[in-house]
Amino acid sequence: MISGLHIAAKDLREEMRTKQMLNSMIVFSLLVIVIFSIAFEDIISSSNMVSMIAPGALWITFIFAGSLGLSRSFAAELENGCLEGLKLCPVERSEIYIGKVIAGIVLMFFVELVTVPIFSVLFNYPIDGLFSLMVIIVLGTIGFVVVGTLLSALTVNTRTREVLLPVLLLPLVIPVIIPSVLATARVLTGGGIVDVLQEIRLLVVYDVVFFIVAYLVFEHILQD
Amino acid sequence: MSDGQRNTRILSIVTGVAMLVAMGMLFFYLPQMKGESGQLLDNSFNIFYFHLPIALVAYLAFTVVFLSSAQFLRSGEHRWDVLSASSAQIGVIFAFLVLITGSIWANATWGWYWIWEPRLTTSLALFLVYLAYLLMRQAVDEPEARARLSAVFGIVGFLSVPLSFLSIRLWRSAHPLMFGDATYGGAGGGLEGTSLQLTLVMNFIAFVLLYATLLMYRVHNEQIQEKINTKKRSME
Amino acid sequence: MDDIILASNVSRSFGNVQALKGLDLAVRRGEFLVILGPNGAGKTTLIKILSTLSRPSGGSVMIDGMDATTDAVQIRQMIGVLSHDSYLYNDLTAEENLRFFGKMYGLADDVLERRIDELLEKVELFHRAGDRVGTLSRGMKQRLSIARALIHNPSILLLDEPYTGLDQHAAQTFEKVLLELDPSKTTRVMISHNIERSLRSCDRVVIMVRGKVVYDSPRSDIGSVEELKETYIALVDGERDA
Ligand SMILES: Nc1ncnc2c1ncn2[C@@H]1O[C@H](COP(=O)(O)OP(=O)(O)OP(=O)(O)O)[C@@H](O)[C@H]1O
Ligand SMILES: [Mg+2]
Repeated sequence: MISGLHIAAKDLREEMRTKQMLNSMIVFSLLVIVIFSIAFEDIISSSNMVSMIAPGALWITFIFAGSLGLSRSFAAELENGCLEGLKLCPVERSEIYIGKVIAGIVLMFFVELVTVPIFSVLFNYPIDGLFSLMVIIVLGTIGFVVVGTLLSALTVNTRTREVLLPVLLLPLVIPVIIPSVLATARVLTGGGIVDVLQEIRLLVVYDVVFFIVAYLVFEHILQD
Repeated sequence: MSDGQRNTRILSIVTGVAMLVAMGMLFFYLPQMKGESGQLLDNSFNIFYFHLPIALVAYLAFTVVFLSSAQFLRSGEHRWDVLSASSAQIGVIFAFLVLITGSIWANATWGWYWIWEPRLTTSLALFLVYLAYLLMRQAVDEPEARARLSAVFGIVGFLSVPLSFLSIRLWRSAHPLMFGDATYGGAGGGLEGTSLQLTLVMNFIAFVLLYATLLMYRVHNEQIQEKINTKKRSME
Repeated sequence: MDDIILASNVSRSFGNVQALKGLDLAVRRGEFLVILGPNGAGKTTLIKILSTLSRPSGGSVMIDGMDATTDAVQIRQMIGVLSHDSYLYNDLTAEENLRFFGKMYGLADDVLERRIDELLEKVELFHRAGDRVGTLSRGMKQRLSIARALIHNPSILLLDEPYTGLDQHAAQTFEKVLLELDPSKTTRVMISHNIERSLRSCDRVVIMVRGKVVYDSPRSDIGSVEELKETYIALVDGERDA
């Protein structure tokens, strides 16, 4: 666990120095939001329709931007053979996984922190129930990153990794996207945390199950 | 002719016979379907006798992928990888047929080719997961790495399926069907009839046999490929 | 039981290529072994297996009495590797790189800080400690990665062509660092293509050809550089004809 934290700290320190990934992710997600708000301009102006597409638009944005970040999560370690250097460290392989998951989650939180207010402005959408929304975003993001990080490692040595990662990832995160969108919709239309308990339960189950499984199988991915 | 080949041949003959019997029952043994009010239903319901067994066989195929993937990670034995790959290929075809038969039936029953019904939608998710599995196998050249990585995906992918089902069901309940209570799968209240049950069971047996035959052929194919590769290696 | 490295009948294949074919090698504690061999002989593959990065397809590897496949984590703690790649993060400074790896090897903070200063001094990079690795020259990176490999005082040092990219002065610095290591604490295994330089420092020479050890001799039994060169050429050519 401690080594995992060191790895996450290292990743974030690198990222904060250049902000390459973070900037691309933020700009990208803003672009997606803007394009959505242009494409659905008519709908957005009618206030009762907006709640039908806004949650989906928000999560599509997160997922796209997140896929960008995840694709670099392990690919960045290929420079100078760093992944090998990491594998030479006297820690279990699963520590590497934990480190990458933590860094990935933090990175996505940053992006979401910037995206949500802008989303609220462009979609003419007052954000009520901020706490419930936060809970949902946190749980959804964890599930997405937990699986995405595993697949990022899985695809890192393939020729077509940039394309392959989303292709593998999207079918597996259907159970994250659906409850997240549902719960977001309900919260944005004035629902409280008690109204989305079912969705939250499903997200928690997903997060826990996939974290445990990924943790257990991860060592097989980094073998040579 | 080796034992394996003879077994394969016998199995394929048995499968052929079972398929014929199942078809025959469908066309000649089944009574005409009557609706609850006594009106004659058209034969579109008959596709259900394919649809359900095919769906079950698809699930069976993917369960085999899951189990043999786990076995591969445990033992590292090559044959488990061959089994996973073969079963996944067949499973994807079956999953595709599930979608086809499901939408034919949906069209006949409700006039839409696609309904966002939990089981049908889960089949779609299932199909996509294993399509991704096959793509993944294609993307890795080194056989040992391919076996290892696809085994991991075979396990994770399988676990996503029940969760997909749960989430899709949740989603359906948030967007209620417009078809009233006509739930698909439990339709045609006449399933209690013995002739219907027998036909269904026979179709199920036939499709499981078909799966087994295809699986044996695929595995056999892979083994021959393997032999060719070793020959090539020794000639170098 | 003073063989700190014991590889028996090790084989490794990549698809159709057999990189190692039943290789046997024992290295005594404190020895400085040099491995020579033509391109593609399997030297790098051997180092990867010894460092637990790669698993043998067959045979067994024991490091200090531990099995390389089952006790990998403990083994990694005692191994330092210098490879073709620098294993350094371009966006971190020299110092931060060493600090990260030091922490990964479980060094306590105060010990680590002293160790970092000491090593940067040794590889003559103290004045560049705060610079991003991406801005260092290739030779400087190579020197820094030597420091990285030594950060945790490994008892086995595996070196894969460490002189690549070093200028005269840096090569001398590196040779000094290497020779200053206490043989009672550090076993050294070095792959090299430079016969003169290898002979100057090692205790024993092994020649690998096509995944096997074809020559194995203590330094004391080897006469001059020229003799070894002749032997090398004969062995490599002989195998090539076979
Ligand atoms: N990851 C790999 N995938 C496929 N083949 C590999 C891989 N690694 C090594 N090989 C093959 O194994 C053989 C031995 O390679 P290795 O890198 O061990 O040679 P080497 O002795 O280090 O050569 P050099 O002096 O050029 O560094 C070569 O034929 C090489 O092509
Ligand atoms: Mg090499």
